[in-house]
Amino acid sequence: MALKHVNALIVGAGAGGGVVAKELATAGLSVVLLERGNWYSAADCRKDDLRNQRTTVLGNAFGPDEDRNPRVLVDDRGESIVWPSESGYSNNAACVGGGTFSYGAQAWRYVEKDFRMRSTYGVVAGSTLEDWPIGYSDLEPYYEKAEGELGVSGDVSNNIFQAHRNQGLPMPPLSPNKEYQILLPAAKRLGWHPFDLPMLRNSVPYNGRCACMRCRWCVGFACEVNARTGTHNTVIPAALATGNCEVRTASMTREILLDDRGQASGVAYFDGNDRFQRQTADLVIVSCGAVESARLLLNTRHRLFPNGLGNRYDWVGRNLHAHTYPAATGLFDYDTYDDIGPGASIAICDFNHGNPGLAGGGMLANEFIRLPYQFMNQVPPWVPRWGRTHKDFVRTAYKRTVTIMGPVQEMPMFDARVEVDPKVKDYWGIPVARLSGKKHPHTLEIARFVAGKAETWLQEAGAVQTWRRMPGPSLSGGQHQAGTCRMGNDPKTSVVDADCRLHDVDNVYVIDASVHVTNGGFNPALTIFANAYRSAHHLLEAWKGSKVRS
Amino acid sequence: MPNSRRQFLGAGLSAAVAGSAISCGAGPGGHHGASPWRFFTAEEGRTVDAICEQIVPADRDPGAKEARAVNYIDIQLTRAFKRYRKAYREGIAAVDAASRKKFGRRFAELPAGRQTEVLTDIEKSSAAFFELILAHTRQGFYGDPRHGGNRNRVSWKMIGVPFPPIRGREHYDQPKVG
Repeated sequence: MALKHVNALIVGAGAGGGVVAKELATAGLSVVLLERGNWYSAADCRKDDLRNQRTTVLGNAFGPDEDRNPRVLVDDRGESIVWPSESGYSNNAACVGGGTFSYGAQAWRYVEKDFRMRSTYGVVAGSTLEDWPIGYSDLEPYYEKAEGELGVSGDVSNNIFQAHRNQGLPMPPLSPNKEYQILLPAAKRLGWHPFDLPMLRNSVPYNGRCACMRCRWCVGFACEVNARTGTHNTVIPAALATGNCEVRTASMTREILLDDRGQASGVAYFDGNDRFQRQTADLVIVSCGAVESARLLLNTRHRLFPNGLGNRYDWVGRNLHAHTYPAATGLFDYDTYDDIGPGASIAICDFNHGNPGLAGGGMLANEFIRLPYQFMNQVPPWVPRWGRTHKDFVRTAYKRTVTIMGPVQEMPMFDARVEVDPKVKDYWGIPVARLSGKKHPHTLEIARFVAGKAETWLQEAGAVQTWRRMPGPSLSGGQHQAGTCRMGNDPKTSVVDADCRLHDVDNVYVIDASVHVTNGGFNPALTIFANAYRSAHHLLEAWKGSKVRS
Repeated sequence: MPNSRRQFLGAGLSAAVAGSAISCGAGPGGHHGASPWRFFTAEEGRTVDAICEQIVPADRDPGAKEARAVNYIDIQLTRAFKRYRKAYREGIAAVDAASRKKFGRRFAELPAGRQTEVLTDIEKSSAAFFELILAHTRQGFYGDPRHGGNRNRVSWKMIGVPFPPIRGREHYDQPKVG
């Protein structure tokens, strides 16, 4: 039986798709939101330190399904099949809420220069560094809307590097933990500008949900009291409440359906019972995350688009990047661990831009609260990896360390890319994503500089020993994946226009971090939300003008 | 990465994906004999137990043997670690072979000092297996007891992580919603 035609079909119920669903449904459009994963709740916290979305040694907690979703990775070691819980897969959760269901929930606005990287720093050899076709001022009202509708806590008033904002944050910061109290005076002594981390986490009751209870099971887990904010507990329920939106979970989209003229007419997908379905729609919005959005476009073939939809000039899947995370850990001669989550609490933006000889930088903040097994990654390189000394170090240092890290803005690379593999298929017989490429050497240079600042901060704070953890040169993806459907004014060097509509087809939009030209030196969630609000606004303007209705 | 089960697409290896094809079938272990384990033979279990104890030895606090890290690994080899069965079967054999060659006895029968010597060699000669069992032993010692290791939460007691899990210090102090 044919499914009822709808106005808008959104693929992916993550950060971008959730916001778009709410905006379109509120405006009166009929909406179907397809999500390949499940809808989890606060009851799915489970507190399993070996099986969650951050520590995946026994699998991912929130998808995608481990045995159904391989990818192909091409790197120095060759070409191989990788699975969702493995490094190299570049996983982001597959569930209602997407990454926002189990993320750390930092709520950053990018700054003006983040949208004008090419104008600010010029050409970086070997990188496709470019300006966005929009600027901070285009996003500012939507940042404000995202902060208010979803709910952000923190106090950024001491951040002298932030871009202009019309309002403060709607909720106060959480009370400071011990690391905050140690790091605050040290940053001030260094002449830096520390402030309370902005977070999509209720510090007071907000929008009908309670405040954070400061537990240990935060990043990677479902929030047990529903105080952490994602699209699953804000905009998606709001979309459903309009009566105009239907969410279909466990639904794996195969391709976008195109008519003879090359206009989208809907999507083909497999439902939760593996039945093949066609859902027709006036509009298709692709919001699957940078890897899967590119894969879906590339798997959509047509006489007019033999190399994939939107891929006339070979830009779909290019410029896959995320963030490079340098870190430094300091050992103190007293207990720094206070068992109060979420842990991450204090940040500086002194090194996002204006670093001599470097094209950018990154924000620095203390790391989230750690569980015992996670501490294995923080043991310094000079401690033997096994035997008495290692155990003794863990026993002595577990409660006496502080880690500072930050998302360094990456130089996008044309050859860091998503393709569809010619041979390997997933459980449903759909060609899988094939990832290849590396980080730009300048990204690693910036990371070294930023790691040095993290180490300086810890030394000033009184650490008796400090050490760095530097990322390798392999491809970045994961939760912060971005860049594969670049936004731009020139169809020859981008995939979507400034409204996030495909250059090729006027009723298909890509609305997620795929469109980010560059990814800021910040966690990207709030920017994805803001751009989704902005794009939805422009989409609705076009819709009302009947420009897209078939 | 120590936990990788990357499947390289070499010549002759079919690219068709079938999750179950990746784990090798039951080797000489399985459920035969008088083994107390699900996957390991009794001998293999003794060897793994001794390797785990080398990786996290008892001192004033319990080590991996008392935490039953071997139990964690054995259980997971029937679940999430099925793909590592072959690596374990071969890796354990390599450790016992190296032990016999150097000291004339199985690894588990050696005194601790000699075990350290053998394992130091193995860290280089069977690096892939060593990385695997190193990571798994740490998981079995420091991870959640629900998975079969960290018996009586010995490692959590050692590092002083409060248990049972408190439900957030401020949970009961917050005003009610609405």
